[in-house]
Amino acid sequence: MHEWPVQMSVNGQPTEASVEPRLTLADYLRERCGLTGTHLGCEHGACGACTVLVDGQAMRSCLMFAVQADGCEVTTVEGIASEDGELSPVQAALRECHGLQCGFCTPGFVVSITALLQENPTPTDEEIREGLSGNFCRCTGYQGIVNAVHLAVEMQA
Amino acid sequence: MKAAPFAYHRPGAVNEAVDLLAEYGDDAKILAGGQSLVPMLAMRLTHFDNLVDISRIEELVGIDLCDGEVRIGAATPHAFVGMDDEVADSVPLLTLATPYIGHFQIRTRGTLGGAIAHADPAAEYAAVALALDARMEAVSPRGAREIAAKEFFTGLWENSMALDEILTAVRFPVWGARSGFAVEEFARRHGDFAIAGAAVAVELDDDHRVTRCGIGLLGLGSTPLRGSPAEDAVLDRPVGEITADEVGRLAISSLDDIPADLQGSATYRAKVGATMVARAWKSATAEASNA
Repeated sequence: MHEWPVQMSVNGQPTEASVEPRLTLADYLRERCGLTGTHLGCEHGACGACTVLVDGQAMRSCLMFAVQADGCEVTTVEGIASEDGELSPVQAALRECHGLQCGFCTPGFVVSITALLQENPTPTDEEIREGLSGNFCRCTGYQGIVNAVHLAVEMQA
Repeated sequence: MKAAPFAYHRPGAVNEAVDLLAEYGDDAKILAGGQSLVPMLAMRLTHFDNLVDISRIEELVGIDLCDGEVRIGAATPHAFVGMDDEVADSVPLLTLATPYIGHFQIRTRGTLGGAIAHADPAAEYAAVALALDARMEAVSPRGAREIAAKEFFTGLWENSMALDEILTAVRFPVWGARSGFAVEEFARRHGDFAIAGAAVAVELDDDHRVTRCGIGLLGLGSTPLRGSPAEDAVLDRPVGEITADEVGRLAISSLDDIPADLQGSATYRAKVGATMVARAWKSATAEASNA
């Protein structure tokens, strides 16, 4: 099929490629940009592992074609920590609270929580649980993740 | 879990999109937010040779209040609708329904028009459109036309638009000051498709009589539905004489197409549906009585 040229900023770096329209944004990030931090669990929008920021908004990168992100600014989990490698408050809180075990779902949680706290810096427990409902974790039982969000809120205060 | 190859089209205006649809016929599908279509393509439940991406057509995005109606462009994302103050003031049922749609990472991308055109029986905005007698604006090579919500949903994932027609906007009527609104739905996990749910709008006169009632049902048929027997039964009656259980029972009384699946039998869904209607009725009438 006819390929489309795409250009997008990924974690502040300009990228460009010629892509098949069916290439998802997730596969673009992983295979064309080599940014394998964005994980693919279900590839149909249920698990949330592939969540990235597109123009600052959290979206499922498996439910977007790369061609649809043409001209956008994308932030992946690799772009959340500061350039010198210092963890963001969300990442540090997840480590502190044992909010991860195997780590597969963690990139999606990091990005989703980052977006959640940008929108609402002081969420209630209920708002946190609702905000996390779009991401699956099969290890932790979620309590450590909920605690991490509370801690991240304190750290950012 | 990868979509089969397709050709991608990104028209800059509605007329260009309509021309593409007319050219490709049933080999083309509109791509808006893609939050339902992309998974179906990925799982290869469906395929189209051509996708026409309307998500960047600026004239399809926006919210306007005019002539007692709120007009929402079809490509307006759920998140915009849910956060809009004018919508919250004028068509609160949309604001109340929005948090039930998927998750916030879905609502940033999914669109109001996409959700309604997709016509899933569990779609919240579709139930709201039905309950409020919204009107759909559609454009084809033959021009523009309006479709009443009750004429729009024709079957599972089917609507009454022609293949070369695009849903461009939905107009939601603004109800009177003494109105109340509520949405209730039940799902095993937040964000899942509801087992059953209801969107209820009720308007009272100064004597507390019901002057208008709309009940949208979701998850209780092959399309979003209205609880017409309950709407008819409450009209012109003093709201204090109507019990919520009666409204719930009547709302589901004429349903003959309730789905049964792993989530529950038809009998169970009917019971959940009646309860959701009853709860929404209680909240909506309490709000209207205090307005």
